[in-house]
Amino acid sequence: MSDADVWLGGRQVLDGLDLRLDAGEAVAVCGPNGAGKSSAIRAVAGLLALRRGIVQLGDDDISRLSERQRAERIAYLPQERRIAWNMPAIEIAALGAPFLSAADGLSRARAALEEVGAGDLASRGVAEMSGGERARVLLARVLVSGATTLLVDEPIAGLDPDAQLLVLDRLKARTRTGQTVLASLHDLTLAARWADRVVVISQGRVVSEGPPLEALTSDILRSVFGVSGVWIATPSGPLLDVTRVLESSQGA
Amino acid sequence: MRVALKALSLNAVLLLVLLAALVLAIALGEVGLSAIQYRDALIDPASAAAEVLWQVRAPRAVCAVVVGAALGLAGAVLQGLLRNPLADPGVLGVSATSALGAALAIVLGAAVVPGAVEMSALGGAALGGLALIAVSARLGSPEALILFGVALSSFAGALTALIFNLSPSPIATAEVMSWLLGSVQNRSWIDVAWVTPPVIVAGGLALLASPGLRMLALGEEAAATSGLPMARLRILALLAAAVATGAAVAVAGVIGFVGLAAPHLVRGAVQGNPRAVLLPSALAGGLMLVLADLAARMTPTDQELKLGVFTALVGAPMFAVIAWRAAREWRL
Repeated sequence: MSDADVWLGGRQVLDGLDLRLDAGEAVAVCGPNGAGKSSAIRAVAGLLALRRGIVQLGDDDISRLSERQRAERIAYLPQERRIAWNMPAIEIAALGAPFLSAADGLSRARAALEEVGAGDLASRGVAEMSGGERARVLLARVLVSGATTLLVDEPIAGLDPDAQLLVLDRLKARTRTGQTVLASLHDLTLAARWADRVVVISQGRVVSEGPPLEALTSDILRSVFGVSGVWIATPSGPLLDVTRVLESSQGA
Repeated sequence: MRVALKALSLNAVLLLVLLAALVLAIALGEVGLSAIQYRDALIDPASAAAEVLWQVRAPRAVCAVVVGAALGLAGAVLQGLLRNPLADPGVLGVSATSALGAALAIVLGAAVVPGAVEMSALGGAALGGLALIAVSARLGSPEALILFGVALSSFAGALTALIFNLSPSPIATAEVMSWLLGSVQNRSWIDVAWVTPPVIVAGGLALLASPGLRMLALGEEAAATSGLPMARLRILALLAAAVATGAAVAVAGVIGFVGLAAPHLVRGAVQGNPRAVLLPSALAGGLMLVLADLAARMTPTDQELKLGVFTALVGAPMFAVIAWRAAREWRL
């Protein structure tokens, strides 16, 4: 996506945003609330009309692709986890591959549910599930698709630590098979451990980009997130120790 | 596979019960027949009993089944499309625009032309459906469509009231009122022949739209990126609902609550699947209306109860129960 401007409800949410994804990459989009992370992901998914700029998949302008061509290349997991009807998990997961035969779709759905540790939920209605269980089922729906690029908007929001790690692990595993994953993440420690590259967005623009610790510098943490942060090396990976800038300055 | 089997057996059971109800609706009536008369009706088409059974009760009962099926189908389609368990043809204003069409035809004196009121009702439904399609293409969100539908319903209702207000003929006003109350009284095989083809077309359209209805369970954005041509499927769904509702109103007037309630009666058995719920909803709608018509006929009143009045009397408390249960689920 290059030089993308998006306006929503009279407000500019993306302002000349550039975003490049390479095959097999795990890219985390980070930024404070309202920075434009979800809008960036939705724009890449082709859900938002660009006032300026272009989204390209390889050499193809996404707006010129048919719905099916687009879905073969991009699978999108929205932040919204509400499912309208109490359908069984396996049917929800199978919706990720609507062009397969029913039997193939269900068999792929079963495998994807196993992959996200929700194999035992296959026949349970989604209304009878916890938020975390539903999140896994919806992730399985995206994994079923076989699209080359997975766009996942806050996939670990509201999940317990184990589920967060499981979801990120499964997404990372997909990059090893050549799929590209773009995920918006609020937890900067997990973003730094998971992503090959971090893109920091503020006010609809990319303000920093690169390997996690190079993108999330102390200056960026202070100017974009309003926190004072120090990266600490731990056996599990980098850990961000943060304090609010306001509080620390008041304390001083 | 288990769900498919469940849906199949549900449809088979509903069909059997529907046929039994149909037989009952033809056999029973205000005029009691003896065993000999029933026998005559079966073997002698020229007998008076045959006339009662096959030319009065049978077309009326079949008409109730087809109209109920149309309303049940329209309700299931709209609930799937709007992801809202409280949606029905009345909510989106299609019933109201269709009734307005019929009311206009009646006060303009077109009722003497065979089929004019029906065509006008269907035309009203088509116009309402087209307005909804235009809004859906522009805005897409179910909330916007519901709000527009409510406005459309109110506006069409106001225009119908205006017709009452300005109508110079009390006879025409009474006729419109009678139409609005909904009934399958005195419907003939011609009415059945008239209403059935559009309902079959609506069923076909709903079937074509059904993959989209299923995908919409995930929400608008997930559906929009699913690869399915959602704009086209949404139009097909709205057309299906408009054609089914228009046909039902054209032949039987405004009958509420069947479209709302029928999908709820069967949804649990198909595990909520908005695609699998279509056929059982139509069957349940047909069953509900033929039984409601039988009950309306058999209720000992001086004036026969209007079907629309009867379904509203039974349906309104049902609506309250559905809303109560839905609210409890939302609280959880």
